[in-house]
Amino acid sequence: MAATETKPAPAVFQEHFAAREEALSARGGPQLHEIRRRGLARFVELGFPTFKDEDWRQTPLAPVLDVAWTPAEPPAAMPSPAALRPFLFGDEVTARLVFVNGCFSPSLSFRGEVPDNVFIGSLAEALSTQPDWVREHLAQQLGFENQPFAALNTAFIADGAAVYVPRGVTLPQPVHLLFLSSGDAGPSVAYPRSLVVVEESAGLSLVEHYASLSDRPTLTNAASEVVCGENSRVDHYKVQSEGKGARHVGAMQARQARGANYTHHSISLGAAWARHDLSTLLAGEGVEALLHGLFVLTGEQLCDHHTRIEHAAPHCRSFELYKGVLDQRARGVFNGRIYVHREAQKTDSKQSNGNLLLSDDAVVFTKPQLEIFADDVKCTHGATIGRLDEDAFFYMRSRGIGREESRTLLIYAFASEVIDRIRIEPLRRQLLRALVEHLPNGRIIKEVA
Amino acid sequence: MDMLEIKNLHAKVEDNVILRGINLSVKPGEVHAIMGPNGSGKSTLAHILAGRDGYEVTAGEVRYKGLDLLEMAPEERAREGVFLAFQYPVEIPGVNSSYFLKAGLNEIRKHRGLPELDAIDFLALVKERMKLVDMDASLLNRPVNEGFSGGEKKRNEIFQMAVLEPTLCVLDETDSGLDIDALKIVARGVNALRSPERAFVLVTHYQRLLNYIVPDFVHVLSKGRIVRSGGKELALELEEKGYAWVEELAGAGQPVGA
Repeated sequence: MAATETKPAPAVFQEHFAAREEALSARGGPQLHEIRRRGLARFVELGFPTFKDEDWRQTPLAPVLDVAWTPAEPPAAMPSPAALRPFLFGDEVTARLVFVNGCFSPSLSFRGEVPDNVFIGSLAEALSTQPDWVREHLAQQLGFENQPFAALNTAFIADGAAVYVPRGVTLPQPVHLLFLSSGDAGPSVAYPRSLVVVEESAGLSLVEHYASLSDRPTLTNAASEVVCGENSRVDHYKVQSEGKGARHVGAMQARQARGANYTHHSISLGAAWARHDLSTLLAGEGVEALLHGLFVLTGEQLCDHHTRIEHAAPHCRSFELYKGVLDQRARGVFNGRIYVHREAQKTDSKQSNGNLLLSDDAVVFTKPQLEIFADDVKCTHGATIGRLDEDAFFYMRSRGIGREESRTLLIYAFASEVIDRIRIEPLRRQLLRALVEHLPNGRIIKEVA
Repeated sequence: MDMLEIKNLHAKVEDNVILRGINLSVKPGEVHAIMGPNGSGKSTLAHILAGRDGYEVTAGEVRYKGLDLLEMAPEERAREGVFLAFQYPVEIPGVNSSYFLKAGLNEIRKHRGLPELDAIDFLALVKERMKLVDMDASLLNRPVNEGFSGGEKKRNEIFQMAVLEPTLCVLDETDSGLDIDALKIVARGVNALRSPERAFVLVTHYQRLLNYIVPDFVHVLSKGRIVRSGGKELALELEEKGYAWVEELAGAGQPVGA
């Protein structure tokens, strides 16, 4: 049947791989290529997940499977610098790396002065010189045994961002990674792959932003690995504001050595379908991990935040706050897994997930998953699914504020709790403005952002 | 002419009949106290006047400045000058107090054909009105009522009233939970706002508030009816005889002095 042939069965991606294998193998040496081949093999074994997979039960894959994807190519014409303006959050950045359809664009990128031995560049560039930190960490943090999309991304490792901050260095301004999809040559899939290594007592603030240049169908299958050295501090922001035709699946794996402080934000407003697998390994004592997330969905949008916090060492603290706002027929998923190893005594872990349903047809699934093998720990979790607070709604209207404005303000207030935790002030303001524009009738609330 | 005219108002919540024929006329400049035991329907009456959902009016009507009040949305009532000081002011995390009040004020001003206030004029106005109830200006930068003490919340209600300048002020048990010093501050604020154009309906369980805000009329509510009306001395009589006396009046089935 023709219809089946156009579907992206694993075989289609095997063909993509075969067609590109020569070019891929030229990047990064035989050891890496062997990893790519293992990624592909594992993907073929696993196939695409179905609703029978526990991790995908509430996240139908049809929006991904019903499209005949081709591998993304660099666009016919690079976007103009002016076209990037909506995605920038101010000039105060150490560097900005721009990728279009998964390929690094040197002309759109910018690198300020940085101390010696700092590397901020494309993964393709890093693969050509093969520094120790790439050899040591690339494809070593993110597992793909049970993650078909991570396996597939691994098979296509070619380009993405590479950031290395050596011991004791703190970059004063954020590094901005901007991944753009054009979709101008038909439905296409890109595999950005990023590696971030922050050495002992070093500091980095990183913004990983996925956006679109059109509303045409695109699939972004992204993966990032973040290595946090002892006593390092890493603030990591993932912003997904892709277009209406976009599908996004992203995996992030962090590893935190002793005393490392890692915060992650996932602000997911765009795309028709988005799945974020966010995972951190608390590998040393005294680690702190703070994960925050927000999705605001309408129409038929779907977003899924799957988090995994693995406490492998004692005296660590983890904190999670995830929120969702769902209107019309949107579908949301939060799954928060916390795994506490037997030796991870004195773990202090708190998870909360709050959801606001604005329509009878919106649905949200929330599930904490605590697996605790240590006996002296403090782990709490809570989840709520609710509607707008009627008392607050009436209170506002009783002061003369209109029905729609009151409603919008309350939704804004609910969602902004997550954005308010962003430490990069211009990014925080930009996202608050984006939130206002994204809300039903958002324009009627003035000045709040 | 009456500013507020309530005629034969009947209301219920789900299957519980709460108001069984309220009649009340309020003229500009008057202060009416509505007293009654718990469950007599005082707060229901206040909420219905402000337009809260969840009550079904089964009979009667309420006219305010000649308008059919019950047909109006809560924000329309507010813009026409109705203000309810809540018994339990609501905390709204994430909504800045200043933004909240300015948004309300400017809607009301637009409705009255006045220009909207900009940030500077608004700030000047609120600073002046805060003095009325000794409000701390820093509270304005916080989310609405979040982290306010009970007394601060009640003072904030009177402060909002002072800024929004309503013509009909309905105070729902504003005295509850206040110590004597806070009560005096709240009463001072209310007294400062008394004017020939403005009317007050004070809903209260205790006579104590009326020592500080002296009403023109006192109405005693029991089982959804006004069973007795009089001048300020009625409050003292009630204080002396207790609500059991009122229950007897209600039991007699005959509204007195209505």
